Amino acid sequence: MPECRLLLRDIDIPDIERIEAYLACGGYRAFGKALAAGEPEQVMAEVKAAGLQNRGGEWYPLAERWAPHLAEGVHYLCVDASEGEPGIYRDRKLIERHPHQIVEGIILAAYALRARVVYVYIREEMHRGRVLLERAVAEAGARGFLGGNILGSGFALDIHLHSGAGGYIPREPTALLRSLEGHRAEPRQGDGGLTLFGRPALVENVGTLAYLPHIVDRGAVWFREMGSERYPGTCVFCVSGHVRRPGLYELEIGGGTLRELIQKFAGGVRAGHELKGVIPGGISSPVLRPEELDVRLSPEEWAVPGGGDFPGAFGGGGVIVMDDTTCMVDTALNLARFYARESCGQCPACGAGTHWLQKVLERVEKGEGRREDLELLGSVSGQIAPLLEPSRTTLCSLGEEFAWSLLGLLRSFGEEFERHVVEGRCPIEKDRRIKVPETVSVRF
Amino acid sequence: MNSSSAEMPAALREGCERLLVRYSHPEGALLPILQLIQREWGEVAEESILYVADLLGVAPARISGVMSFYPGLRRQSVGAHLISVCRSLPCCLMGSGEVIDYLREKLGIGVGETTEDGRFTLVEVECLGGCGAAPAMMVDGELHESLTCARIDQLLERLS
Repeated sequence: MPECRLLLRDIDIPDIERIEAYLACGGYRAFGKALAAGEPEQVMAEVKAAGLQNRGGEWYPLAERWAPHLAEGVHYLCVDASEGEPGIYRDRKLIERHPHQIVEGIILAAYALRARVVYVYIREEMHRGRVLLERAVAEAGARGFLGGNILGSGFALDIHLHSGAGGYIPREPTALLRSLEGHRAEPRQGDGGLTLFGRPALVENVGTLAYLPHIVDRGAVWFREMGSERYPGTCVFCVSGHVRRPGLYELEIGGGTLRELIQKFAGGVRAGHELKGVIPGGISSPVLRPEELDVRLSPEEWAVPGGGDFPGAFGGGGVIVMDDTTCMVDTALNLARFYARESCGQCPACGAGTHWLQKVLERVEKGEGRREDLELLGSVSGQIAPLLEPSRTTLCSLGEEFAWSLLGLLRSFGEEFERHVVEGRCPIEKDRRIKVPETVSVRF
Repeated sequence: MNSSSAEMPAALREGCERLLVRYSHPEGALLPILQLIQREWGEVAEESILYVADLLGVAPARISGVMSFYPGLRRQSVGAHLISVCRSLPCCLMGSGEVIDYLREKLGIGVGETTEDGRFTLVEVECLGGCGAAPAMMVDGELHESLTCARIDQLLERLS
């Protein structure tokens, strides 16, 4: 299984972040074709035929979200560049290294949806990305790909960049829109259509839109030659943690297993250590044990999102590898701190629950845990993420994601939690020291 | 013009007004305006909140609510250089613990503190997106990856 580079195809080309280099590689050709055809519906139809799915971790078909807007279009297209889940850093790299691919993807989506205004909600920490994206937007504008009456077509579009102000929660579409409206980024009940400033809006992940220039330029049939029937195309995996060669690897969906990605591409765990656990798709996806890695990297084989036989969550492609120096209680505590800090606090189950879990985990990690603490971890998690949908206790999935991750750690490494309590100390020889991998793949 | 807007320099007022036109509803410009003020003055003080409330026609309490929600907005300024060390899982695995220990010792301050000369503030933050080249930290908004103690020394020297 070789790498299958689509979004990463041109990233080694010098100056690809400038419009001249991008044009020389066939950049904005797809947009030219779309404009020449003159029918936004055709772009929509091509995306539908390609079967492109969201790459932000949810894996819904884009056509499904776009369908209600076929007749009227949307006023606002809001592009989600708020990537912030630990282990996932693909969008940041794509924005910094290949901003025109993103800009062309945004323009194509806006054209298909007949959007008038685009806001790119970019997280504050992507400061460099914002500067480069802003320059790319200005370069595209200077070439007439943005603004009023684009290339004489009558299509008009403005792209505005909007920086977040910290916080993970705006990755929820309703929270992102609230934030754009100048409010606290608190998720809302998700029925009814999304609106911004009272008009119809659509939110889509930035890295997903980067596929559009490829699909429109080369066609749905070509795109479907990659990946699986249900999940066509590629996925850019972000490997981090205790491997020899962390970095970005773009693979055909279903083209290999999780073990192959870790062993063959990322070089396996660093010398002198044993593999202990893998978080397969960003910290919201429950941990796997070393014997569970022979699963194909296609969402359909996984219980979430594809309803497959493998009991795991595929997530957003952030593979975090942990070796034998990792304490799983410490890992749980690290995740608890993240979720407790990032919870917006409006739903008590998540707002209070994540803090309670953090406190209990601090106690257990210090060796001061009580026997009943392990049950407490399970029961509080169960209250944040009840098994039955109607008894859902939270408006968004942030708290649930932590609950599932913690339950996964308890399930897979329960004996390690017990040892902390029984022995009254952390039994793992942890390694706080800085580690330097052999190389980093896709370094730019 | 009330007393609060009188204290706002003309250039900053113009910057705020330029941001307003990007949004079909003035409140959309709230976050960008607060960020602009913070970039200029290092903080969003009470007087600035009153100015922005007046500009957008909203209650100051509404702006205070927004200020307290977003970790990127500050009511009090920090040291001349803000060092934010990522503590999320991938960085933690790759040694953010040593990065923090090293900086604490080198700067002689704890996490969340500012050096006596007001030059450095050290904080721990969640994921900066540097997971592939961890450990990572941000200094004054710029991301630094693949950190080692030697690299931290270089970075701090450059700031001296």
